[in-house]
Amino acid sequence: MLARPDLDAGVAVWDDYLHLRDNPAGETQDLWQHEAGCGAWLVVTRDTVSHEISGVKLAADVKRTMGAVS
Amino acid sequence: MRFSGLRVLREGLTGNKGWSPHWRDPEPKAEYDAIIIGGGGHGLSTAYYLAKKHGMTNIAVLEKGYLGGGNVGRNTTIVRANYGLEGNSQFYSHSLKLWEGLEQDLNYNAMMSQRGVLMLCHSDGQRDAFARRGNMMINQGDDAELLSVEGVRRTLPYLDFENTRFPIYGGLLHRRGGTARHDAVAWGYARGADQRGVDLIQQCEVKGIDIENGIVKGVQTTRGAIRAKKVGVVVAGRSSQVAAMAGMRLPIESHVLQAFVTEGLKPVIDHVVSFGMGHFYISQSDKGGLVFGGDLDFYASYAARGNMPMMEHVMEAGMTLMPMIGKAKVLRSWGGIMDMTPDGSPIIDKTETEGLFVNCGWCYGGFKAVPGSGDAFAHLMATGERHAAAAAFRLDRFRTGVGLMDEEATGSQHNLH
Repeated sequence: MLARPDLDAGVAVWDDYLHLRDNPAGETQDLWQHEAGCGAWLVVTRDTVSHEISGVKLAADVKRTMGAVS
Repeated sequence: MRFSGLRVLREGLTGNKGWSPHWRDPEPKAEYDAIIIGGGGHGLSTAYYLAKKHGMTNIAVLEKGYLGGGNVGRNTTIVRANYGLEGNSQFYSHSLKLWEGLEQDLNYNAMMSQRGVLMLCHSDGQRDAFARRGNMMINQGDDAELLSVEGVRRTLPYLDFENTRFPIYGGLLHRRGGTARHDAVAWGYARGADQRGVDLIQQCEVKGIDIENGIVKGVQTTRGAIRAKKVGVVVAGRSSQVAAMAGMRLPIESHVLQAFVTEGLKPVIDHVVSFGMGHFYISQSDKGGLVFGGDLDFYASYAARGNMPMMEHVMEAGMTLMPMIGKAKVLRSWGGIMDMTPDGSPIIDKTETEGLFVNCGWCYGGFKAVPGSGDAFAHLMATGERHAAAAAFRLDRFRTGVGLMDEEATGSQHNLH
């Protein structure tokens, strides 16, 4: 979700990025914003069946470790 | 066994000993002409119309739990055709016409109640939009009446008309809309399909889809392998998991949508009413409970239950619109697993695998679609051609960008509907 394709990556890649989903029943990672608090964007690892949250990281840190932050 | 008023009377006088099960409980055969994965409303109606309209009776519905145990038993039972969105509008119009003859067709009491659906407007702009939508509905042969604020006051005197923030400007009344008994719809279709020879196989989970050289050959299940030339996937919130068995990724996220019911009350709300400035809609069941709901919780979930912030939002919206319900006690809340598409509109289409068809993406609007969806999907599976009323529900519209049906005019990507 933080790895946006290149502009000229082609229709199939962009379709995959924008529309297609693994949509897992179980562990997933998604972006949340701490709206009622500090406003930070977070990468939350959680279970879509039990709603259990197993990890939270700052999205900026995740992006940095992906080595793609500009 | 045929149901009639006379039969009810006779059984009542003779100890109710003449009733029999509504459908068989058959063992799966080794091969069928077609298999439908998913014994919910849409799967059962598909089976019914395949048998009734297309003469395909050597077919089976495979259900991992029990018939009607998913979203068809977990919704707010509303039936309507007041969309006004090209592509969707024709489909729901078709579906409502099927609803109107459903009970006679199925010989089953689905408690279809055309009590009227009233959408309220709270600004001049919204009233103009409703006038336009009403004209569209009338032009395609459906019914719509634009009510003034006085018209709404005569019909629904209990609303908070003087609300400072969201005054009521009028409403769009769709008299042919209403509610139906959700479980009975699934049971009626199941019985109708069974009577025509369809095998309804419960406790039978599909674990794999057999494909050879791009052609579907059958499925692997917890009750053994079953061969079939055609396989239809109609599994709502679980669409992504079943599609993955065929190597597909779908444009679907599964989200939770909550609904609520209060203790039983004397009749107070005669229609289905929706608030135009907050996500809230309500009707009263024949048992007396106020049945209401709101928007998605807005995070992917398979939990079939939601969280408190959306509950609070829905209750607040309800209290804003009709303060009289404030003393009613909420008995239960529940969540359905909604198969959300990027544009908020459904998919009924072929796939790249020959003989494999998908019916999914009903978002938060699947119940009213049950008859139309089954009819259209049966048509597609039997003939290989898209049904005219569902021709816009293409799987490839997201990739091509052609024919997107942006259901709420918010954009066509996930998280916006």
